[in-house]
Amino acid sequence: MFRFVLHRLALIVPTVFGLTVVAFGLVRLIPGDPVRVMAGIHGVSPERHAELMHQYGFDLPLWQQYLGFLNGLLHGDLGTSLITRSSVLSDFFSRFPATVELSLVALLLALFIGLPAGMIAAVKRGSLFDHAVMGAALTGYSMPIFWWGLLLIVFFSGYLGWTPVSGRMDAWFFIQPITGFMLMDTLLQGETDAFWSAVRHLVLPAVALATIPLAVIARQTRSAMLEVLGQDYVRTARAKGLAPWRVVGLHALRNALVPVITVTGLQVGLLFAGAILTETIFSWPGVGKWLVEAVYRRDYPSVQGGVLLVALMVMLVNLSVDLMYGLIDPRIRHRRS
Amino acid sequence: MRKSRILGAALVAALFLPLAAGAASKHLVFCSEGSPSGFNPQFYDDGTTFDASSRPLYNRLVEFKLGTTDFEPGLAESWDISDDGLTYTFHLRKGVKWQTTPWFKPTREFNADDVLYSFNRQWKKDHPWHQVGGGNYQYFAGMGFPKLLKAIEKLDDHTVRFELNAPNSAFLPDLAMDFASILSAEYAEQLMEAGTPEQMNHNPVGTGPFVFVNYQKDAIIRYKANPDYFVERPKIDNLVFAITPDASVRLQKTKAGECQVMSFPNPADLDTIKKDADIELMEQAGLNVGYLAMNVEREPFDNVKVRQALALAVDRKTIIDVIFNGYAEIASNPIPPSVLGYVKDLQDYDYDPERARELLAEAGYADGFETDLWAMPVARPYNPNARRMAQLILSDWEKIGVKTKIVSFEWGEYLKRVAAGEHQTAFLGWTGDNGDPDNFLYTLLGCDGVASGTNLARWCNDAFNELVTKAQRVSDRDERAELYHEAIRIFKEEAPWITLDHSTVFLPVRKSVKNYVMDPMGGHYFHAVDVD
Repeated sequence: MFRFVLHRLALIVPTVFGLTVVAFGLVRLIPGDPVRVMAGIHGVSPERHAELMHQYGFDLPLWQQYLGFLNGLLHGDLGTSLITRSSVLSDFFSRFPATVELSLVALLLALFIGLPAGMIAAVKRGSLFDHAVMGAALTGYSMPIFWWGLLLIVFFSGYLGWTPVSGRMDAWFFIQPITGFMLMDTLLQGETDAFWSAVRHLVLPAVALATIPLAVIARQTRSAMLEVLGQDYVRTARAKGLAPWRVVGLHALRNALVPVITVTGLQVGLLFAGAILTETIFSWPGVGKWLVEAVYRRDYPSVQGGVLLVALMVMLVNLSVDLMYGLIDPRIRHRRS
Repeated sequence: MRKSRILGAALVAALFLPLAAGAASKHLVFCSEGSPSGFNPQFYDDGTTFDASSRPLYNRLVEFKLGTTDFEPGLAESWDISDDGLTYTFHLRKGVKWQTTPWFKPTREFNADDVLYSFNRQWKKDHPWHQVGGGNYQYFAGMGFPKLLKAIEKLDDHTVRFELNAPNSAFLPDLAMDFASILSAEYAEQLMEAGTPEQMNHNPVGTGPFVFVNYQKDAIIRYKANPDYFVERPKIDNLVFAITPDASVRLQKTKAGECQVMSFPNPADLDTIKKDADIELMEQAGLNVGYLAMNVEREPFDNVKVRQALALAVDRKTIIDVIFNGYAEIASNPIPPSVLGYVKDLQDYDYDPERARELLAEAGYADGFETDLWAMPVARPYNPNARRMAQLILSDWEKIGVKTKIVSFEWGEYLKRVAAGEHQTAFLGWTGDNGDPDNFLYTLLGCDGVASGTNLARWCNDAFNELVTKAQRVSDRDERAELYHEAIRIFKEEAPWITLDHSTVFLPVRKSVKNYVMDPMGGHYFHAVDVD
């Protein structure tokens, strides 16, 4: 197990290095430059353009700019945003908890509904329930998030008035950010009204964001379960007279979990991407929206830093998934590499 | 549905009562379309940032009269202009207090030092604050101030003298613009000593009607009324900006009463808004112009007959009906009707495809030709759907034998390429910064604009250029108007643009809001507003 973990951790270094190159290079591939975008419609004279490019260091040869970026990284400095003029790290982390909160709740929703739905669909294969679940999964998977989000708002907030329209919290609550997670901060400060407001604000965006992962997890669980349920040991367990829920819930599920975990891990990466659209529709003040704005405005430092940080997060999640395999499937951790 | 709404509204009311200390405190929530880039207006040039910074928090020497492009005394209560137009002496208002906040307690009132700090910081490269925040002062440079200013002197605590290098009749309206907001020199000193000068962009201090309370990134900005505001204490006690990027969502919030004012409604929603009994749809002629520029440096647009022919071939009435749902007027001038120099009843290129074909033949293109037409990917006030408009014009031009290819790029790239003149024809537009004709005509059609990329037609006409340059230095309004009339006639004759539209700007406001006045330059001001 130890060698397994060590092996995984050792792979991080070249991966991160590759990530820095990609984060740095991608944004510079986009045509246009920050100075011109900042000048916008007012335009900028060639001399002024050259002056400003020099000031920001964007006229240096690319390899020099890249080394400057790396050097800053090693000192923990991801640069300063050209727009807000504050550090990219602070811009990112002031918005990150919001994205994490939303993504986590969406993921939990997807798991708590998707897993059981997939399991039962597998057990009751061919039944009405099975077809309904698979049909719903296909629909959920095919819907564009922004359309679905708007639909939810128009129906639940506009027509029924059950949920607030957008945002994280009602405007008149002022909660001191401690952890950055509204659900926790409100309880920590004893503001139960604010807590329920935060919950009500979370419902629709979490549902919208959870839809695709839910569909994927349901389908994947179903197919993994079907495969496992067809195995001999399951027949043996049934023959031994074990209760059906033990057979399915304990033995079968545990073995079906590996592909499900894989897919869930991948979904986390996609959650960050989907969060961008959901965050825009629901005015959720997270990282996705911030990053998209930064790309439009060619805020090189923010895009570089933001892409790198998000990629690191996704990498960490995938690493955890890898390690979890080792925990769940003994065959993996004892394999001689 | 009704029951939950009423319950919701009651809950809202109940939650607000504790905020009141005795009398009911008034609050207003504004659904804004984006996050501010920061709170120091000197760095930025977008309306979203100005709505959140310069407009509620700060004042300027000169201010625009709300609802107009006229200006009136602000922090300067009067001024003297020398006969040669080169020296402006401002007499500063006494008794203007700086805001007291948790991060700053002023020990003195507003005086000349603040004016000097605010301008010198943007102007002098060796000023200790010049590089704070990056050293890029968009509008200060964009309005030509580094070249214009010769000297700024403090004569005494309440008198400041500006000396210019050349007379410029737009100088006073320029000083009413957001970049010319006056910041506190004392606060600057405090921050510099503490080693945290960048805080000026995050924890602002101004003299304006509202005091900054806090900003939850990308979510909510809170302000409270400035009790010492020198004009009049605002009637609204708590001002909240709820940042809501999607226009349909903003509308939903306004309908639900979660916000009382919203910016930039979807054109498609306008009819729905009109039907809502609780919302008033305010409208105003926008200080803007949408146009199609023809690059005179590229064949066949170097031929004036070709340009005129293409102008005659466009059915602008259909464009107004289809693209704007009728909510715009056809533009004949390159400036909107409210701006000085506008020529009433200017002879325009009214839709006449027959005459267009004739002219094209006269120019030697009886068989037509091929061209591109660049369209923006984003909605602008003067053009909500450029790609669709391009399709309309494509079919108009096809009728006279001109084959068009529609080209589009992502917004940042679009701006870069049209500034470099890569297009044959391109859509763009302009919203006035200060209501002055020079802001439109010199910037967009003057010879200097070709190099800086603001003159998309790349049209440099000596007679026109001379007229608009001369008009910059003339202070007599009627004389200026005459010069601009002549210039506009030359422009119309030479037709480097097809002038398309002046669009109407809309603002949905709930009926509980009183005294909201729309700003022709698109700003959102709340200091004179009251709520029931």
